[in-house]
Amino acid sequence: MTTTTIEAASNRLAHQRDSGPAPTRIVVAYGFWIFILSDIVMFSALFAAYAVLAGNTAGGPTGAELFNLRNVFLMTMCLLVSSYTGGLGALSAEQRKPERFLLFAAATFVLGAAFLFLEIAEFVGMIHKGAAPSRSAFLSAFFTLVGMHGAHVTAGLIWLVYMMAQVVAKGLRAAVLRRLLCFSLFWHALDIVWVGVMTLVYLMGVQ
Amino acid sequence: MLGKLSWAAIPFNEPLPLVSTAVVALILLVALAIVTVKGWWPYLWREWLTSVDHKRIGVMYVSLGLVMLLRGFADALMMRSQQALAIGTAQGYLPPEHYNQIFSAHGTIMIFFVAMPLVIGLMNFVVPLQLGVRDVAFPVLNSVSFWLTAAGALLINVSLVIGNFARTGWMAYPPLSGIQFSPDVGVDYYLWSLQISGIGTLFTGINFVTTILKLRAPGMTYFRMPVFCWTALAANLLIVAAFPILTATFLMLLLDRYLGMHFFTNDAGGNQMMYVNLFWAWGHPEVYILILPAFGIFSEVAATYSGKALFSYRSMVLATLAICILSFMVWLHHFFTMGAGANVNAFFGIMSAIIAVPTGVKVFNWLFTMFRGRIVFTTPMLFLIGFIVTFVIGGLTGVLLAIPPVDFVLHNSAFLVAHFHNVIIGGVLFGVLAGYNHWFPKAFGFTLDDRLGKASFWCWLVGFYLAFMPLYVLGLMGMTRRLQHIADPSWRPWLLVAGAGAIVIFCGILCQVAQLYLSIRTREHRRDVTGDPWNGRTLEWATPSPPPAYNFAVLPRVETIDAFWEMKRKGEQRWVERRYQAIEMPRNSATGFVLSFFAVVTGFALIWHVWWIVILGLLAAAATILAFGWSDEREREISATEIARMERTRVAVGGAG
Repeated sequence: MTTTTIEAASNRLAHQRDSGPAPTRIVVAYGFWIFILSDIVMFSALFAAYAVLAGNTAGGPTGAELFNLRNVFLMTMCLLVSSYTGGLGALSAEQRKPERFLLFAAATFVLGAAFLFLEIAEFVGMIHKGAAPSRSAFLSAFFTLVGMHGAHVTAGLIWLVYMMAQVVAKGLRAAVLRRLLCFSLFWHALDIVWVGVMTLVYLMGVQ
Repeated sequence: MLGKLSWAAIPFNEPLPLVSTAVVALILLVALAIVTVKGWWPYLWREWLTSVDHKRIGVMYVSLGLVMLLRGFADALMMRSQQALAIGTAQGYLPPEHYNQIFSAHGTIMIFFVAMPLVIGLMNFVVPLQLGVRDVAFPVLNSVSFWLTAAGALLINVSLVIGNFARTGWMAYPPLSGIQFSPDVGVDYYLWSLQISGIGTLFTGINFVTTILKLRAPGMTYFRMPVFCWTALAANLLIVAAFPILTATFLMLLLDRYLGMHFFTNDAGGNQMMYVNLFWAWGHPEVYILILPAFGIFSEVAATYSGKALFSYRSMVLATLAICILSFMVWLHHFFTMGAGANVNAFFGIMSAIIAVPTGVKVFNWLFTMFRGRIVFTTPMLFLIGFIVTFVIGGLTGVLLAIPPVDFVLHNSAFLVAHFHNVIIGGVLFGVLAGYNHWFPKAFGFTLDDRLGKASFWCWLVGFYLAFMPLYVLGLMGMTRRLQHIADPSWRPWLLVAGAGAIVIFCGILCQVAQLYLSIRTREHRRDVTGDPWNGRTLEWATPSPPPAYNFAVLPRVETIDAFWEMKRKGEQRWVERRYQAIEMPRNSATGFVLSFFAVVTGFALIWHVWWIVILGLLAAAATILAFGWSDEREREISATEIARMERTRVAVGGAG
């Protein structure tokens, strides 16, 4: 029974796959998806560490004392809207409209940078209050998890500027479009991770 | 200016590492001098160092693994001789300080820089050929992967003479590996070399998952792929799912050590048990990353040298995938003694025992493949038979250890050491050596000497049993692992036998060196002009030996499992004149080599806290990536006439297929 089902599925796939190796665009995007999956596995290890250590404040400040949900709301909005503008940019690139792409990319950059600024301001404020990463296991896990997301956003911003330069210098040719596709995947994936951070770290942390 | 680095870092008072390093450095210098004098640098640079050809990268991986095997085995000989000598009142010749570094380096090197490069090297060489395609999905990334692995290997060898290596065992459990109890650079060498090579391995995983799922010859459906490709797919899926956990875990330990954080410290709420959990959440899948491709090699070997199709291909594939999934559900059996509770231990004990089921399916499949086959007893076939017997014993002791109450008695004993060497030597290493003998003619165009190959097999087999069966006994007698000095003289006979076994294995390694040397010397007599020396079944044997850079002038059309066997059965001509089309092949790229040069510099500077070099190194690495990301001309075209010319020469040389 199972074997015949597998056989049928296999034969169906045979027709689809008869053409041999997939085109470059598919291969590149697929490979990048696998990379993002691996990145999310890495984040999940950091999430797990945070979940284990969240209560280990060692007499130091707790999340409820440190987190400011208004700030977190602002950050979330910056990042989510930046994903929206990033999506509009990707659509403009697909439609071969470089000027519109650059406009949306610039908006994405500004929003991403605002997110990063708010995050750094939050970190600096915490350290000034004596809540540095070396204060307790909870703070080590907090700074590492949130900081790792911030490092990804930083890398994304550098990549975005780099892609804008490529669009200006080379135009929206196939290779540039493939790279833009990967960037879009990356930027949206950071949103997904942030939703996890916001929920697990901030919303559950202030209770 | 130079951080923690000073002349005190070089162990002038310890002759052993100094002399061995001097010898290795001398050999390297002589090799470099020969290359320079003979003017081979342009060739090396063009054809190897910057090559993105999966076959060349595969050969370099295997070479790296074999060289590091010598280093790791030297550590093994020292440990066996120390334990054979330091009994009762005798103290042996290795002080604890040094001995602890040796067993840590031995484990680290054998897993990360011997087993992994050998397995990944064979996958690199074989998988695209078996899939009937021209290269992996991301050829330049492949080169980056290799050179990052080599960078890690280099760093770990530097620790021999500048500073020291970790004294924590190859798992580097905190708090011992934390800054409080390991304040010197040993653990930093361990962490940075594994972080750098681990990123390379992750890229390999991404590359091969994409290659196998997206790049296959026309008509090659999933259930027409050779079993080795299936096992490679499973292993690389495991790499993608497991290696990021290791990266994150080591990152946390690094943050503890460098920035005073408290993930795994004794104070401020750190949790050492979390390290152990995370480490083995990577570590157990890692076992299967190594053994699954070995299973794949044995499947190819069993079918080829029995002259039969593999028995029950589908159950082999399903067993592979079952192991792939189960491997993530057993990690806790590495630390039953932690005290997670009876129910948790029972769950993981049962899951561990269940893995024996799909593995047993595989064993029966190999046996039934051989049953009533025309078995040719070549070296790979001997390794297969030796493997089946040895691995079953190792598997049975594994099932024993999976029973929590038994494990409480045997945890961290010599019994455990015997068990995992039983499966890693008898499984992974035998598999890799079988693959090495099997695919060597494909890579170099001439076969390896079978007599010396068989001699090396018998030495490995007998040596293995002599070296590790006594450790089972010693473990049951209560001997723990990693002993620098043995207090109980009644263990002496067993330790002497184990020491003798290590010497027999050494003879096996010498046989292999002799085999390689002799085969190269007599290569003109052992040319493989047909491209198919073993009457093979899968597509790699449809190419000439060695295959051209583009592998297949025309991509083969696949209609069944064992595609090449079917082509031969139908009497299809392989190298007939056809209408060729131009082929796009990836250009060479120095990206991998340059990037890992900066990785070595940055890693070394991080270990010694030389921050200005760290910043420069990171900037240079980033610039290398950005420069590559800007380039567009990554392919070169080989014209149809050029291919026709090359194929004609081959037909002339090789005769009719």
